[in-house]
Amino acid sequence: MFTINVNGVDHRVEAPGDAPLLFVLRNDLGLHGPQFGCGEEACGACKVLVDGAAVPSCRLPLQRVGAARVVTLEGLAEEGEPHPVQRAFSDEQAMQCGMCANGMIIEAVALVMRGNPTDDGIREALQDNLCRCGAHHRIVRAVRRAADELWR
Amino acid sequence: MSTAADGTPIDDWIEIHANGRVTVKTGKVELGTGLMTALAQIAAEELDVAVEDIDMAGPWTGRSPDEGYTAGSRSIKDGGAAIRRAAAEARQALLELATAQLGDALTVARGVITGPGGRRSYAELMGGKPFHRTIDGRAPLKHPESYSVVGTAVRRADIARKVNGLDGFVTDIRVEGMVHARVVRPRTFGARLVDVDTSALPDGVIVVRRNDFLAVVADREEVALAARAAIRPLWTDGHPLPPMDDLFGWMRRQVTDDSDLVSWPRSGDVAAGQRTIVRDYHWPFQAHASLAPSCAVADVRPDGAVVYTAAQGVYPLQRALAQLLDLPPASIEVIHREGSGCYGHNGADDAAADAAVISQELGRPVRVQWTRFDELVWARKGPAMTTRMTAELAPKGRIAFWSADIWTPTHGGRPARPDQLIAGRLRDGLAEPEATAYIGGGRNAQVDYDIAAQRVTMRWLRKPALPGSALRGLGATANTFANECFMDELAALAEVDPVEFRRRHLTDPRALAVLDAVTQACGWGLPLPAGRGRGFAYGRYDGTGAYVATVAEVSIVDNEARVERLWIAHDCGLIVNPDGLRNQIEGNLIQSLSRALIEQVRWDAGGLLCTEWDSYPILRFTQIPPLEVILIDRPDQPPVGAGEPATITTAPAVANAIAAASGVRLRQVPLGGQLR
Repeated sequence: MFTINVNGVDHRVEAPGDAPLLFVLRNDLGLHGPQFGCGEEACGACKVLVDGAAVPSCRLPLQRVGAARVVTLEGLAEEGEPHPVQRAFSDEQAMQCGMCANGMIIEAVALVMRGNPTDDGIREALQDNLCRCGAHHRIVRAVRRAADELWR
Repeated sequence: MSTAADGTPIDDWIEIHANGRVTVKTGKVELGTGLMTALAQIAAEELDVAVEDIDMAGPWTGRSPDEGYTAGSRSIKDGGAAIRRAAAEARQALLELATAQLGDALTVARGVITGPGGRRSYAELMGGKPFHRTIDGRAPLKHPESYSVVGTAVRRADIARKVNGLDGFVTDIRVEGMVHARVVRPRTFGARLVDVDTSALPDGVIVVRRNDFLAVVADREEVALAARAAIRPLWTDGHPLPPMDDLFGWMRRQVTDDSDLVSWPRSGDVAAGQRTIVRDYHWPFQAHASLAPSCAVADVRPDGAVVYTAAQGVYPLQRALAQLLDLPPASIEVIHREGSGCYGHNGADDAAADAAVISQELGRPVRVQWTRFDELVWARKGPAMTTRMTAELAPKGRIAFWSADIWTPTHGGRPARPDQLIAGRLRDGLAEPEATAYIGGGRNAQVDYDIAAQRVTMRWLRKPALPGSALRGLGATANTFANECFMDELAALAEVDPVEFRRRHLTDPRALAVLDAVTQACGWGLPLPAGRGRGFAYGRYDGTGAYVATVAEVSIVDNEARVERLWIAHDCGLIVNPDGLRNQIEGNLIQSLSRALIEQVRWDAGGLLCTEWDSYPILRFTQIPPLEVILIDRPDQPPVGAGEPATITTAPAVANAIAAASGVRLRQVPLGGQLR
């Protein structure tokens, strides 16, 4: 039995300690934001915020989460208001299939909370997040829009 | 023009509910392109309701119309035409109801009809009842000039959901009592399972083994994953593959079934000064490499089944699964849910068959999640092709004769029978069947240049080197690469500017319009710094589809070509949603640039070598150049779809730009790494 804090709520989870956090989030907690893309920390589809840092959850063992605060796509909204990055992804229509969108948004939230990035900084930050449909320019525009809104 | 809706009941397509909402049903699936939003726009326009009042219902056997596969850039053209016809008929039926109640001289706005006798909403007129009326195809269609919804950048309903992590993907399906499965497969094809060592398996794992079909199942997903890593299968060697470095030579030595697509005789004698030019071009096997691997959930009971899948055709899959499971087709419900972006026949059907076979074995609902390995190795590949181009160049820069010999396997392979599904072949010991029809390899084999004497011969391989099927563009990618690189080479030999050279051989005004638009946008002909070059390519998709013209600008840095920018002019007739269209075109450009520069399925004697992202890389953020997309809207022309056209001209434009920048002519994809 483990207790993990996800989206501001403590959850008691009956799962093996070596279970990847991704499967616990999806199968035990019923969340749909983080997606399975590769299971090898190589594509970014499964990213979540762990104490504010964007990390892949597909290999992060449950027992290593400890008291960290985990935030998923579902937990980004505050008082029912989507995070500016979520709103910007919608405004820029910054996806095609959307399977990569979770990781892109999570990575972008971590980025814009650190400071106001340049466009090159956005591309560098998203370098390890893969998109197969080719929404890259829209994604950069969405992050730009959100960063400008937060830092203007 | 007839549509899939003609002769069918309106109720198969459109339902008007008592609360005023409208359900529009389609047999076309959302592949991640925003299709559902575009179809809702078409319905809203013709039916005169607000697009927000429409709920799209995707493919679901028994509930949605059977429109076959969602493929070939035909979803707007065909699926949209059917919905347009159905919506027009529904509007006509509503007007007739209203005439009886309100009199003549009716006006319609946002689902409300007003006349001398007052006003009635569609919901009031229908009273929650069905239409009970057949679409006869005679209801008047609106003129595109009066459109107010079609042609506007309506936002996608699914994106609002996806940014918040709300469920909707096939990966999100959970059913009561479901267990998690992983399939276990080698990196070769045709291998037989000799033995399985299960001694290292975690507790609580069920092994499903039938002939060469092997899967591990557990209540918890991580246990199934661990079991897949711990199980030790012993496989035979499998079918030998031709040496990768001799693939194209091997293809040309195979027995082929040949057919001429065009055979227009050459006229008379060879003119004085005429030169014969022969060139060879090659395209490798490439992977769909969908971002998330295929996934499916199946619940097979003795008397029927329910299957959730991201496959491109729920009815064709239903028929194939019926044979696989030995159940009547009507007892199998196949429900589409969105998967990862789909660019053709990827692993979705096979994952569904895997889940169905395992569920039938266990008598429980099963969720199969393919791994990255499964998707990269086992999803069918876009087939390799090799082409010999021959031309006779007359003085004054005209092409006197043009021929192409194209070696390709079929780009078909969609499952209609158990031996066309991986699960069927492995479970029942069936061999991969030889092609029964040759599909897709001839797309864009024939150029629409004005050349009086032409011969285009398809040399169909009966068996491909690797299992292949439809990947975005099918043969049009390799054929346009060969055709448009060859045009550039001929232009250079004729000492004519490559764009001018094409202009001399084009008469279609829409072709000339995309050519003019893209060359004006990029400043074609203006001088560039040393080490930079521009390349052009043109195509009309599949002979009757969208017109595209692409320019690439490259620089040569450290003996490597870097693409600095891409421009495209795109004419797909009437534009339904300009932002959705731009999104499609941008995606086509980026994905096709990745395919042109770096993508190739590799193998050795032990099987495929593309097993994870490191061994099948795709372009990343910092490798993607700026794009300029020029849309040419033609409201007087029918919409013809944009899922693939912008894919076909990228590779030749880049190869032509590399030749212009470096003087080195590359004739084989991937183009990256060849200048070293």
